[in-house]
Amino acid sequence: MLERDDRPGHLPLAVDGLSHSYGSRKALDDVSISVQPATFAVLLGLNGAGKSTLFSLITRLFNTRKGTIRIFGHDLNGEPGDALKLVGVVFQARTLDLDLSVMQNLLYHAALHGIGNRDALASANRVLERMSLTDRAKDKVRDLSGGQMRRVEIARALLHKPRLLVLDEATVGLDIKARADLVTHVRRLVAEEGISVLWATHLIDEVSRGDDVIVLHHGKVMAKGSLEAVVASVGSSDIREAFKMLTDPTATHSEAA
Amino acid sequence: MTLTTSPGFSLRQYGICLKGIVWRENLRFLHQRERFVSALVRPLVWLFIFAAGFRQVLGVSIIPPYETYVLYEVYITPGLIAMIQLFNGMQSSMSMVYDREMGNMRTLLVSPLPRWYLLLSKLIAGTLVSILQVYTYLAIAWFWDVEPPIIGYIAVLPALVLSGLMLGALGMLLSSLIKQLENFSGVMNFVIFPMFFASSALYPLWRVKESSPLLYRVCEFNPFTHAVELIRFALYAKLDWSSLAVVVVCGLLFMVAAIVAYDPSRGLIALRGGPGGGQ
Repeated sequence: MLERDDRPGHLPLAVDGLSHSYGSRKALDDVSISVQPATFAVLLGLNGAGKSTLFSLITRLFNTRKGTIRIFGHDLNGEPGDALKLVGVVFQARTLDLDLSVMQNLLYHAALHGIGNRDALASANRVLERMSLTDRAKDKVRDLSGGQMRRVEIARALLHKPRLLVLDEATVGLDIKARADLVTHVRRLVAEEGISVLWATHLIDEVSRGDDVIVLHHGKVMAKGSLEAVVASVGSSDIREAFKMLTDPTATHSEAA
Repeated sequence: MTLTTSPGFSLRQYGICLKGIVWRENLRFLHQRERFVSALVRPLVWLFIFAAGFRQVLGVSIIPPYETYVLYEVYITPGLIAMIQLFNGMQSSMSMVYDREMGNMRTLLVSPLPRWYLLLSKLIAGTLVSILQVYTYLAIAWFWDVEPPIIGYIAVLPALVLSGLMLGALGMLLSSLIKQLENFSGVMNFVIFPMFFASSALYPLWRVKESSPLLYRVCEFNPFTHAVELIRFALYAKLDWSSLAVVVVCGLLFMVAAIVAYDPSRGLIALRGGPGGGQ
């Protein structure tokens, strides 16, 4: 997949040779991945694979020490402001202010991006409509369901019109319906607005035909490419079996199936 | 798909960001009514009960900026004002630790504006909240014979800004050192109480010197003492230059240290795995 672009400097996301350690423990080891324009890329990994570390680096919660991260050609270390302007982020942990209303949370986020009140209101109404939340604008976040909170977080991430959306385990804690709704909403953003998405999850059923897949295990990229290419690369019949084989080297074809 | 290239931010955008952070901080403060009430009750208890009880025990001689004998309530008012700001600074830092644990802090830190600016804006927002508390306290204290000259109410404002920034920056620095909220009670015992009691907030330094020259030295080195004295002089439209210098220098030092601590490449937060801490 991710090798098919001939303008690597302008990919939505290009991570090259990225390593990160917590003390002596290596969390990421020479990770190189990229996300194509208008693509839904799934970062698959078990708990502790290094997904959240990768997200923290992509969002510059901490700096890259080894390797590079480029967002639409902007080096995250050299031009963090220019790079982060183009990214919308949904973290695994809930990051909304529960005591503020949905609209107040959005306006606060807009201010953090230097968007004035009039534009912020227009953008907030646009993203709330996009996420089917218009009627909840004045409600306190505390009064929303888990699925609605997640949709507010996605609405917030879209407020400043990013071209790349990164979501870390966004469906954790949601019931089956809320999970399906959320995935549908994000897929529509890719299809209708051309937004590129990096979707981290450990749930294989969130991968669909046409997605790009990156399998991360113990901080290393085990496979990357289109869904079909990853499945074929290990000689398996489907992504579930392929994932099992890639993350459990002792698994045989029959066990994995 | 068209790619957006991003020029830098304009001054107006920096202003919008600051306004947004101040707005949110005030909104949170007003939503937490118990925080507002307890922030006021604490100094008022000291004023109404402690000061009344010790009025006769702790006589205060004529010392600058006072030109005559003053009530003990009048003497401890600058100390109580600084206490409001100290508690507010620590409360802000506690909420930063909470926000970090809950993940809210990430929203702030992934903003494309420079991190130092975001932290400075948060500091300014916290200082403005503390000033709101101080003026409410002064309004109530006026009915308790604490009546500085009218000009003092205006002259004290810049002093409150400086002391609020210094104490807020100290709180921010402490929040970067604390990994979990449970560890915050240590701050009460090891920072707030020693800073408050080893200062000129409750008794003039000459009295401390008489009883313990060592404690007097400690009080002199305590930046909180200088915040108290800066406020004390400003309330009488006077300026204590040495206190001003200490407050400004300490404020800058704490601020730089806090910004470095929150820096993703160098800071303590990075060493322990980022704000929110997850991997």
